[in-house]
Amino acid sequence: MSVSAALGRTLRHPSFRMAAIDMAGTSLGIAAWGLVTGVAMVKSGMSVGMAVFMSLLVYAGSAQLAVIPLLSVGAPLWVVWLTAACVNLRFVIFSSMWRSYFAHLPLRQRLAVGYFSGDVIYVAFMKRFPEPRPAPEQVPYFWGAASTNWLAWQVPSIAGILLANAVPLSWGLGFAGVLALLGVLLSLLFDRATWLATGVAATAAIAAFALPLKLNILVALAAAVAAGLLMEAVDRRRRQPELLLVPADSVMPPEEREHVEAGDVVPLREERHP
Amino acid sequence: MSWSWIYPLLATVGLAVITVVSRSFFMIPERELPLPDWLKRGLKYAPLAALTAVIAPEILMVQGELIDTFMDARLPAVLFASVYYFWRRGILGTIVVGMAVYLPLHIGWGW
Repeated sequence: MSVSAALGRTLRHPSFRMAAIDMAGTSLGIAAWGLVTGVAMVKSGMSVGMAVFMSLLVYAGSAQLAVIPLLSVGAPLWVVWLTAACVNLRFVIFSSMWRSYFAHLPLRQRLAVGYFSGDVIYVAFMKRFPEPRPAPEQVPYFWGAASTNWLAWQVPSIAGILLANAVPLSWGLGFAGVLALLGVLLSLLFDRATWLATGVAATAAIAAFALPLKLNILVALAAAVAAGLLMEAVDRRRRQPELLLVPADSVMPPEEREHVEAGDVVPLREERHP
Repeated sequence: MSWSWIYPLLATVGLAVITVVSRSFFMIPERELPLPDWLKRGLKYAPLAALTAVIAPEILMVQGELIDTFMDARLPAVLFASVYYFWRRGILGTIVVGMAVYLPLHIGWGW
């Protein structure tokens, strides 16, 4: 079977269109994120060409926003990459859930599914296929959702890059990127331990700011993760934590807070962008 | 000849590799691997620690020093944005409210 025939069959499959319709509701939000990220990239001093290249290649909203301040001061590459890897940790968890549906595909297709997957697609996919076992219509459904997500992100992101180039730097539009990250951060504060960890990270990042090579990021990361885990160790019963997917823009159910504080449940926050 | 494009290029290629590897991580091996508990626990702290480490200096410092004035547009912007987030729980609204406070103070008053 040729590639174009397979592509044609996927595009014509009813599940492909169904996925595009399922994704339509969240597309506007994804587009707004894309616009903010595009603007923030250019306003950090990145050239238009490099920003378009990064948007098309990296395709990860929070990670791009998080590394922008680091790139603009020429931080060492390993600090840039470590920061992105931490922000992308939720994808590693999602990948284990995707596995139950797509483990039977060849490696190259699994990598493609991984690259184009994301929180929003996962949430839509779970609504259609709550049973974690493969079915033939899942592949066209995935690509319908993934291509909608890709367009809803890349078109506004590149528009933001081009528009921002016409706006003076002194307006400070790049601050929208910091506010976007602030929003994500606030959405991850589920309990006392997470508040404590973020306080420790902020204090350490500022106190150690004078360190060379942006090592303050590393100090803050290590201190905050240690503080959070120590706080959980105070109540050490060593159970295996469950994962709880918390949809974007919503409060975690109050009855879950106790379990999260006890370390029985780890909340996994959905983000409304790639 | 300027080599300044090499750094962002290398950074971008590395970030793209991180995107592929993180998003397909448990789909890569042929045999199923269990999801380790330390990874689940790490999920709770590592992303928020990285985000805080990046944005705290962006919000609270100027030229490598802690802000020593209240006349900085970032402070009221972050305050109002955070209040909005905990009131409505919407990230896009948080960005809009923050910018609505930030832009007039920054462009108009020069804070």
